[in-house]
Amino acid sequence: MRPVTTAVAVGENADSEGGHDASTVGLPSGKPKSMFRLGAEVFLQNRLAVVGLGVLGVALLFCFVGPFVYHTNQINTDLMASTLRPGQPNHPLGTDQSGYDELGRLMVGGQTSLEVGFAAAFIATLVGTLWGAVAGFVGGAVDSLMMRVVDALLAIPTLFLLLFLVTIVRPDIEVMICVLGLTAWLVPARLVRGESLTLRVREYVQAVRVMGGSSRRAVVRHILPNVAGTVIVNATFQVADAILLIAYLGYLGLGISPPATDWGAMLSNGTNYIFPNYWWLIYPPGVAIILVVVAVNFVGDGLRDAVEVRLQRR
Amino acid sequence: MIRFLLRRSLQAVVVVLVVTVDVFVLLHQLPGGPARAVLGARATPSQVAFFNHQNGLDRPLVAQYFTTLGHWAGGNFGFSYTLNQSVGSLMMQRLPKTLVLNLLALLLTIVVAVPLGIYQAVRRNKAFDYLATGVSFVLYAAPVFFLGVVMLVFFSQELNLFPPEAPQGDGVGPIFAEPRAMVLPVVTLAFLGIAGFSRYMRSSVLDNINQDYVRTARAKGCSSGRVLTRHVLRNAMIPIVTLIGLSLPTLFAGALVTESIFNFPGMGLLFWQAAQDSDYPVELGVVLVTAVATVIGTLLADICYAVIDPRVRLGA
Repeated sequence: MRPVTTAVAVGENADSEGGHDASTVGLPSGKPKSMFRLGAEVFLQNRLAVVGLGVLGVALLFCFVGPFVYHTNQINTDLMASTLRPGQPNHPLGTDQSGYDELGRLMVGGQTSLEVGFAAAFIATLVGTLWGAVAGFVGGAVDSLMMRVVDALLAIPTLFLLLFLVTIVRPDIEVMICVLGLTAWLVPARLVRGESLTLRVREYVQAVRVMGGSSRRAVVRHILPNVAGTVIVNATFQVADAILLIAYLGYLGLGISPPATDWGAMLSNGTNYIFPNYWWLIYPPGVAIILVVVAVNFVGDGLRDAVEVRLQRR
Repeated sequence: MIRFLLRRSLQAVVVVLVVTVDVFVLLHQLPGGPARAVLGARATPSQVAFFNHQNGLDRPLVAQYFTTLGHWAGGNFGFSYTLNQSVGSLMMQRLPKTLVLNLLALLLTIVVAVPLGIYQAVRRNKAFDYLATGVSFVLYAAPVFFLGVVMLVFFSQELNLFPPEAPQGDGVGPIFAEPRAMVLPVVTLAFLGIAGFSRYMRSSVLDNINQDYVRTARAKGCSSGRVLTRHVLRNAMIPIVTLIGLSLPTLFAGALVTESIFNFPGMGLLFWQAAQDSDYPVELGVVLVTAVATVIGTLLADICYAVIDPRVRLGA
């Protein structure tokens, strides 16, 4: 290698090797590991995160593959078979007051919760990242204005804004995803702005500029990969929040219109049967929500460790 | 310090103004505009035009905004045609009750979460710490309404200890007249906060417990209990103060759900019923008031933060 400054060596190395971690060039020993490998190793060492991933996988299988194995009618009501106790031959988890099979309904409701959760988190992250990045890079008056908008929207409790929006538009799944996504982008926007403000003045970014690299290059090759970790970790928590929010809306009776359902709406329905003690209408959806949200949070924690360690070892 | 206060207050005023713009925009997003929202879907175009003219809705948007802002500043939030009452008087009845509910829940949260967090930090990586961490993870992931329902099943139905419904009636009086009926709503609302706050308290104490000043105090012969209460606690509480300010939106949202479970006649229940009846003036009024309350709460938290932590004051 030519005797040049480290920064140039890093730049060239990143060019030739793509995603590989270039920082190990200057270290005396050790094979270079890709950033992804390093992160994955740390993630897999976190047992809770792996369990979380497992639970999430099982939940996805249960909701999306389950209905193909376990056939139930979730469209037509069957009042002859309403509120059957669990343990029936055809209905292992009983039925609700309309005669829907509870186990099958759990699968269908879970589809809504998971689809909306993941899609809304995706939209929120996308919008928030763009907003935060623009504010952080343009700076000045634009930045202040954009951030005051975020402050003002953050001041309105999300649930209130959401309830108001769903009274204006009658929600189906797509609308619900948009509404949830467009109320949840504020936190990623703040995060990304903060990150880009600190990253902009980091030495390695300044080095690129001094070396004559364009600002586009600084953003695409050096700042984005560093923001990505934070954004991905936050996106995970956004999924958990979105699943909870859709459950709240369902519980408050302003979620997705029947016959479609979600776990929150199922639980809301179950609360009408607290006193006859129809526990199978209450606990399964509640436990399902908790399991999935805890699992997503564990995965998020694991990812955060992975990203942090990756950044530390660079 | 005065400069800090002035700058921070100015910022809060700007945020409140942006909030009013947001709410104003929402008002004009109503299907068919405010006229349709009040007159209903079957109003004739001439009736709508008359309503718009009468209420100044045919004037330029900017002029309308300033008129509306003037009304809001004077405490005029419009009229609920569903409840046949002015939104301002509705909120005056409900707001104190919600504030009492939130304050009680916040108090319970702090009383439980702070000692819990400290104990967890002192006994970190022992069985109790793991247990408490596990429980707080589950509580944190549990929707408030599920917790509320479980509480209802156990404490109201099975054990018959507490009534299932919160105190009814106007004003704050009934709340204190029937303390037993308040237990379930307050505890349910506090659960969420306890889960989050104890985590923060734990890590905050852990951050402080390894600091040099703790070792110095110990070296000078201070007992570990005294170090914990006199030195660590004061510093560890700093992030908690900010957290209280930041948790206000969550608290309001949690109160909405809790109020709907226990039929507690506060702002949340008012909003929920308004949302079901598409009673837009009430909805917008509540959104505006909770948002302003949140901004004020965050401002107060920031000021407390500066009072407690001299580093913030000097840095600013």
